[in-house]
Amino acid sequence: MKPLDHAVATATKPESRVELKLPLTNETPAGQTDRSTTAPVDDSPYPVVGQVYDFMLPRAAREPDTSHGVILYLENLTVSFDGFRAIDDLSLYIDRGELRCIIGPNGAGKTTLMDIVTGKTRPDSGSAFFGRTVDLLRLSEPEIAQAGIGRKFQKPTVFEQHTVFENLELAMAGERRAWRLLTAKLNGEQHDRIDEVLDIIRLGENRARPAGALSHGQKQWLEIGMLLMQNPLLLLVDEPVAGMTGEEMEHTAELLKHLAGERSVVVVEHDMDFVRSIAEKVTVLHQGAVLAEGSMDEVQNDPRVVEVYLGE
Amino acid sequence: MLARRLLGNDRGGQVLLVLLAVAAVVVPLLNLAVPDGHPLHLSTYTVTLLGKYLCYALLAVAVDLVWGYLGILSLGHGAFFALGGYAMGMHLMRQIGERGVYGHPELPDFMVFLNWQELPWYWQGFDQFWFAMLMVVAVPGLLAFVFGWLAFRSRVTGVYLSIMTQALTYALMLAFFRNEMGFGGNNGLTDFKDLLGFSLQDDTTRAGLFVASAVALALGYLACRAIVTSRLGRVAIAVRDAEDRTRFLGYRVDRVKLLVFTFSAMLAGVAGALYVPQVGIINPGEFSPLNSIEIVVWVAVGGRATLWGAATGAALVNYAKTQFTAILPEIWLFALGGLFIAVTVLLPKGLAGLRRRRQEARA
Repeated sequence: MKPLDHAVATATKPESRVELKLPLTNETPAGQTDRSTTAPVDDSPYPVVGQVYDFMLPRAAREPDTSHGVILYLENLTVSFDGFRAIDDLSLYIDRGELRCIIGPNGAGKTTLMDIVTGKTRPDSGSAFFGRTVDLLRLSEPEIAQAGIGRKFQKPTVFEQHTVFENLELAMAGERRAWRLLTAKLNGEQHDRIDEVLDIIRLGENRARPAGALSHGQKQWLEIGMLLMQNPLLLLVDEPVAGMTGEEMEHTAELLKHLAGERSVVVVEHDMDFVRSIAEKVTVLHQGAVLAEGSMDEVQNDPRVVEVYLGE
Repeated sequence: MLARRLLGNDRGGQVLLVLLAVAAVVVPLLNLAVPDGHPLHLSTYTVTLLGKYLCYALLAVAVDLVWGYLGILSLGHGAFFALGGYAMGMHLMRQIGERGVYGHPELPDFMVFLNWQELPWYWQGFDQFWFAMLMVVAVPGLLAFVFGWLAFRSRVTGVYLSIMTQALTYALMLAFFRNEMGFGGNNGLTDFKDLLGFSLQDDTTRAGLFVASAVALALGYLACRAIVTSRLGRVAIAVRDAEDRTRFLGYRVDRVKLLVFTFSAMLAGVAGALYVPQVGIINPGEFSPLNSIEIVVWVAVGGRATLWGAATGAALVNYAKTQFTAILPEIWLFALGGLFIAVTVLLPKGLAGLRRRRQEARA
């Protein structure tokens, strides 16, 4: 595990975030802290031209305000599809740096919940905030992704025609403007970053292969690698270990635990052994609402949870 | 460095460009320097025909850029081609001057015939070559931009988008058929005399237009290669293969589509502008939905997502069309339909796929 520790530690160090997320940090010099109380420091490399109001910043470029320690606020969300309530008055808070597991039987609304946070589905009512100020319900999918929320899908969706390397390049945080993409080139640093991630996800030898030729487990890994390249503050990970061998699972657990801390990680997973191996805090969803929340042991001994899982 | 990026991995493209360079020298030579009656002499008719194929090839490359690399099956690219052609046609009409049948110094014949007293505002400026050339790319580009902006932002995709592009070209055809539009109605624009002072009837002008078409195809090909080998190209392919996924990576899919689609329309406009002086006429028939479908067949025959394959397909299918319509005109459309089905079933990757398959068999 030693090489992994090192690799993850370097991949997640704060400096690398600053380098790779230039558009984000450039435009919000005071973004890391509560803007209302902290003025830009004198030795900041950015010219101080006076107060910059939040509403004047590009919507997606705002750093989420996590001064209360919470990165994701979901309150009273409700979504119906043709009268079926997939999400029913659900409220959920994710702390900054937390690793949260969400479990629940099929149809409990886990994937719908992720769809709401990433902008794919709009709720009928309720609110979703990234930090205290970024209203997710007003942003498009690309804007949400650029704001710092990354998602790994249940079914691994990598770009099959592209090589492994190109998949990571596409996911890399940075240039997103269509016109600039025409001339965008990888610099040495970005190359190193991709190499680093290739090491972490153990696909270094497959870098030039088309992603479509990878095994299922390797695709899962590639997708996790793409999340790392995106360098998000909040990772939504849908069933990361489906189709993985025991050893691959262990490695994934290691990785997710390392990712938490600097970032927040939300994992949706069916595999209880896997959840037990990583979870600090577990949320149980049932019929679109939160049924129970707590440590794995607390949750497992909750009679309501037992009923939902065993009563069917 | 750039050359390696554009062509290093593209044997088909290298061959295409070499062939174009050879043709650009040899074809005019065989036409102009070899005397009439000599077995090697190329008739001016053939030169013009070949020039026409090159314009079609450029059009096919433009369609392949959006269909093969972006996943947009445009069944309306004939419209952009025709608009480019009309812009060129308007310039050629203005060049006629007093040599028209009615001898009016400013108004084209059909306007005199319709009793129009003065040139409509949108015909202003077309007497200037540079202005007309600007319009050749600007008009198709603007239409594609507006159309794409509305369609891509509303996330219209797949077959719905294809139908809309058909409707677009059909609507334009109906509009251009109307005399009141001021584009010559049914008859379109014709009777051109000269371009930049060179008579369009001269063999040298024909040869010059052929060379210009070859150069345009080569440059258009390289421009498309520059796009598909850039990161924008990789994002475009990502959009083609998994549009939602690309969006979740933070890419504005609509912007990517808009940029590539608009560029493709401009390229189609250039092809149309080179086509018109060679065939000597542009009429609303060029907007016919059938034309746009034919272009897609060329690309499918040549091989989708291989730009050189699209160019080859356009040339081959049109050569077949020339032969067929001379010998058995009635069955050409059946032959075309049969060809499309045969290619779809037997050669899903087109003729370019054949080459790839042979390479793999050898490896």
